[in-house]
Amino acid sequence: MMSFLTSFVNGLSLGSIYAIIALGYTMVYGIAKMLNFAHGDFIMVGCYIIFIFSSNLGLNPVAAILIAIVLCTLLGITTERVAYRPLRNAASPLAVLITAIGVSYFLENLALLIFGADTKSFTSVVPWAGISLFGGSLQIQGITIVTILVSLLILIFLQLFVHKTREGQAMLAVSQDRGAAMLMGIDVNKTITLTFAIGSALAAVAGALLASAYPSLTPYTGAMPGIKAFVAAVLGGIGSIPGAMIGGLVLGIIEILSRTYISSQLADAIVFGILVVVLIVRPTGILGKNIQEKV
Amino acid sequence: MALLEVKDLGISFGGLQAVDNFNLSIEKGELYGLIGPNGAGKTTVFNLLTGVYKPTAGKVFLDGTDITGHRTEEINKDGIARTFQNIRLFQQLSVIDNVESALHSFEKYSTFEAMFHCGRYAGAEKKLREKALEILKVFDLDMMSEILSSNLPYGQQRKLEIARAMATEPKLLLLDEPAAGMNPNETAELMDTISLIRDKFDITILLIEHDMKLVSGICEKVTVLNFGKVLAEGETKKVLADPEVIRAYLGDDE
Amino acid sequence: MLKKKMLSRNSKGRFTTYGIVIAAWIIMEIFMRAGLMSSHLEGLLVPMTYYAIVAVALNLCVGILGELSLGHAGFMCVGAFSSALFSLVTDGVMPDGVRFLIALVIGVIVSAIVGFLIGIPVLRLNGDYLAIVTLAFGEIIKNIINAMYLGVDSKGVHISFESQMALNMEPEGKTLINGAMGVTGTPHDANFTIAVILLLLALVVVQNFIDSRDGRAVMSIRDNRIAAESIGIPVTKYKMLAFTISAAIAGMAGVIFSHNIATLQSTSQYFGYNVSIMILVYVVLGGIGSIRGSVIAAVILYLLPELLRGLNKYRMLIYSVVLIAVMIINWAPKAIEKRTAFFDSIRKGMKRNGTA
Repeated sequence: MMSFLTSFVNGLSLGSIYAIIALGYTMVYGIAKMLNFAHGDFIMVGCYIIFIFSSNLGLNPVAAILIAIVLCTLLGITTERVAYRPLRNAASPLAVLITAIGVSYFLENLALLIFGADTKSFTSVVPWAGISLFGGSLQIQGITIVTILVSLLILIFLQLFVHKTREGQAMLAVSQDRGAAMLMGIDVNKTITLTFAIGSALAAVAGALLASAYPSLTPYTGAMPGIKAFVAAVLGGIGSIPGAMIGGLVLGIIEILSRTYISSQLADAIVFGILVVVLIVRPTGILGKNIQEKV
Repeated sequence: MALLEVKDLGISFGGLQAVDNFNLSIEKGELYGLIGPNGAGKTTVFNLLTGVYKPTAGKVFLDGTDITGHRTEEINKDGIARTFQNIRLFQQLSVIDNVESALHSFEKYSTFEAMFHCGRYAGAEKKLREKALEILKVFDLDMMSEILSSNLPYGQQRKLEIARAMATEPKLLLLDEPAAGMNPNETAELMDTISLIRDKFDITILLIEHDMKLVSGICEKVTVLNFGKVLAEGETKKVLADPEVIRAYLGDDE
Repeated sequence: MLKKKMLSRNSKGRFTTYGIVIAAWIIMEIFMRAGLMSSHLEGLLVPMTYYAIVAVALNLCVGILGELSLGHAGFMCVGAFSSALFSLVTDGVMPDGVRFLIALVIGVIVSAIVGFLIGIPVLRLNGDYLAIVTLAFGEIIKNIINAMYLGVDSKGVHISFESQMALNMEPEGKTLINGAMGVTGTPHDANFTIAVILLLLALVVVQNFIDSRDGRAVMSIRDNRIAAESIGIPVTKYKMLAFTISAAIAGMAGVIFSHNIATLQSTSQYFGYNVSIMILVYVVLGGIGSIRGSVIAAVILYLLPELLRGLNKYRMLIYSVVLIAVMIINWAPKAIEKRTAFFDSIRKGMKRNGTA
């Protein structure tokens, strides 16, 4: 029973990380209407930045995270401006997708050249050891608790931002009908830039939490969590902010439980199997709305 | 028995009743107009008739057969073809390939024959090509058959879209604002084309149009749609003279 | 008139492609026979050819069907292992030629089936799901085979994901897949000539397919799905068809792969995501939708970094930059506009000079 609880809490923690990444995916997908394949690699970039400033230069972890957030935000904005925006109205929807894959590949290989393929060991940004319950039979790490809390705070913040601010309303408008939003005087370019900025900042936060919980850092650290977070976003209903949260948590719990009780080799297969099942049974996900294509 | 019989058709999108209690009856050989102000639900009716949207209420009968809920490609085989308000050609295909793709179920051969260009391939392709050229000739497009369809002038693109729809040999042709974006000369040419195909192919046509000159010029009957509901229907002249229609639609000049 | 036109439209370009491939093969063969080719380059010929085949397959998916697959290395993996297992089991039972032919058919059919199964949940949907699902498939299939132990003895087939010992076989049992060590002893049935013949086969099939009623249906779906439905084209059926053919051809390349290597291992180096991206780079640089372009790009881009060893370290980085640049130059509406204007001005300038 205790081992189940431990797994469950670990799943909740991993799921919270997926949720933060999925929030970035789902916002960019909903508003810019593109799958930012490089989103997972923004996480990796965030991890390396924190690693340099915190482990190498001995800066306070919180300061290192703030620097990572700023730099990742700049990276997201630049990528959108340079690589994605020129292709926004391309004749083929594949154009921007392939370019995003190019960006992902670029970031991974750049990191490979700079840092090499060897694993860097990341020092947790949360020094707190955590709590122990039931007379020590259930240990919950500090990073686990922090991760879950941070993801909840982010969810609340984003919900308030989207529904209570002008910029958030502009995002909703652009996601529903870009042309109409433009006619209403909304600056679509600015709105999409803001979306990328938020998504990339979240990637940096996710990176800090991910590398603290799983402290081995390589150029490919972000790739798999990124793709799984996309699965989480689809599971929750792509384009939906609460959906990304739910999808992330569900996926994280399923992954950890499969790792514990079925097979660690098959856990990934199970996670992607869920994607296939969702696509067959309910392609709009748990909270997604059915969007009719305009004819 | 009418060719197209629509009974109490309706659809709602998330609580919004886009089309409500829509009835329509078109006799074989008629040229029928569907008019109404912007946002009245005209294109939605087309999308319901062609299976792009599934109706939440009502029935559609074509030639006495119930086709409600059929998929788009089945409805084409049932005998309805259409054009689109914003032209939807196969842009990276040549003019003739646009028509030939519409002919794909006329001459059949297996995928194996397609992959190795053997068996029925050569004969079938020759027939398809001749047939496509014949259709293009009717629309005066045969001299441009090898041009990329996206390189055609606007008016010709509209014509090619009609040619492509006609290639499926429909019983009923739906034209969604065929004159949109055309200058008066192009519109006049289009009116000739529409009359020509009706005579030549003996077909029934339902069209959505804003250009009242075109509607009163060629449509025998019209139905006026307003806020998703039928406002008036009948002979074109009478309907267009109806004060309520004038108020709802013509008065609201755009 | 009609006949002549048909020939010019359908056949000319196709036969040029075959001609280029055959000419390249003849030149390579002459160099090899004359001993003018380094053994290093000689070893690159077969891989170069099977990557060209996968590039052709992927272009069918990306350029003709308009769907992005990131799992073509995975289909290669399926084709490679399924055919290698057959060849291993039947080694010595039948003549080499027959065995390879059957292995080829098995590799192609198994990867076609896998492609079909992957297509079912994904291809009826619109959007970017195929890219994610194929990417996931490629990684999972690679990892599963890498962790798998498979053996056969008189009692039948044994599978384990733990160790070779866990197979619990009789002493004379034969281990087919030895976990991460992979498959050893697959007969070396493929060579450059066979690879070129299969490349030609892939080219014939794909180019003929494009130039047929099926191909037109697939391309019409790519250009406008709703319009394609409106003229009675069964969209899902044709998407499945094109994707299955594409997967089958990638599997065929895998058959050459496994019958040209001493130890077949399911590693990232051979079947990982990186390989799928590399093939995508070939397709994009050769021109999306240009089958001949894929072959030429695959050959050049495969040979170049292998021959310029200094480049190898930066190869992936350069590829990624080139990929982004080519996409933007070729597909950005503004870039297209500028290019058209530029060429128009040149044309006008030439006309003026001509009349002056």
